Amino acid sequence: MDAAHDTAIGRRVVLGMLALGGAGIVWGSRVADGLSRLLAPITAADRTGITALFPAAGGFRIYSVTGSLPRRTRDEWSMVVDGLVDRPATVRFTDLAAMPQRRVVRDFQCVTGWRVRQVAWSGVRLSDVLDAAGVQDAAKAVRLESFDGVYTESLTLDQARLDDVFVATAMRDKPISTAHGGPVRIFVGPMYGYKSLKWLSRIELTPDVIPGYWERRGYDIDAFVGKSNARDDDPT
Amino acid sequence: MTTTRPDAASRILRFDRTERWVHWTQALLFLVLFVTAAALYIPAVSELVGRRELMRTVHVVAGVVLPLPVTLGALGRRGRALRSDLGRADRFTPHDWAWLRSFGRARGLRIGKFNAGQKLNASFTGGAILVMLATGAVMRWYEPFPLAWRTGATFVHDVLAAALFVTVAGHVLLASRDAESYGAMKGDGFVSRAWAARHAPAWLDEGDPDS
Repeated sequence: MDAAHDTAIGRRVVLGMLALGGAGIVWGSRVADGLSRLLAPITAADRTGITALFPAAGGFRIYSVTGSLPRRTRDEWSMVVDGLVDRPATVRFTDLAAMPQRRVVRDFQCVTGWRVRQVAWSGVRLSDVLDAAGVQDAAKAVRLESFDGVYTESLTLDQARLDDVFVATAMRDKPISTAHGGPVRIFVGPMYGYKSLKWLSRIELTPDVIPGYWERRGYDIDAFVGKSNARDDDPT
Repeated sequence: MTTTRPDAASRILRFDRTERWVHWTQALLFLVLFVTAAALYIPAVSELVGRRELMRTVHVVAGVVLPLPVTLGALGRRGRALRSDLGRADRFTPHDWAWLRSFGRARGLRIGKFNAGQKLNASFTGGAILVMLATGAVMRWYEPFPLAWRTGATFVHDVLAAALFVTVAGHVLLASRDAESYGAMKGDGFVSRAWAARHAPAWLDEGDPDS
């Protein structure tokens, strides 16, 4: 073999990839952001959902903590409002439909980095649901439970009473699918996605904040977008 | 029934025991990583599988372990063959460049134990393992790093995962088309000299095929 004409290519490939990877870690968020803006109109028009799989395309990623998705129809669904309230109640879907309906459009920001722009949410203000049950003075926080049997969340009473915190019944003006936490989920407008509990089954008024599923795994309890979890995303 | 012994005159060792062990361990880890990655990333699969915490844990453990087979395998006396093959994958001869320019179609080239495509695949996979490890580590243990790094690392991890899936699938497809080479990796590691003369003539010229 004519070793004199050999070139060491393999190690250059490896070193080049390491350099690119390092640059990607440091500056990749800008590239991802640019791509996300570029792809947004394409993803929105694509009904197959395939383009949403592109890195940084900005599709929802489905996070569920249990084995299979818990399924309930609107008719089957109900939730309990209890704890430190004057009138504990079982609320059915028709009860929610009879209350004042609200709609907001917000970006949905996940704590792991992905963001879905301009998602419409409709439903009832959590504040209105709390008023209907009559919150007692001793109550300082709201604990939320999911009918998947595992997922829980919590909000301070002040946070729960914000204008854009919903008991949501529609997403993008359609019924909320099972994958997205339907038929009824919580939507916490100003906070990271994990606070918006899916598959809502219980609202309990408590004297203190009880950390939820993801908070017990290291995420912040006060999860305002851009001001928590060591992130600096633009507010939603 | 008499079994045919590896006959020094007609057969030659292409992958020794260490290399085969490293290869299949790494293959298994890649499979675990791809399956758990799908469960974490593709919404339809996430809906089917769920168990996010478990999937994430398995993915992280498999990812952290991934560099170990090749690293441990290259150590010591048993790693001799692997080390010399890593050296072969590193070096490009003028014949390799000609092979690459013709997209593997040129005939009569003095190709060594591995062709340029196999060498590039090895280098790319090696580099990718390191970059996936680094970006995966930033994603999992993000606290000490600047805020934008986690997003950047996620982006690199996603893009490179897609590229890796394509190259691994390509590797499996091309390898499955070559029954003799594939058989060597699955079996005792030997190929016939006739195969070597067709696919890796310069390898036979190396003289003592210690590896």
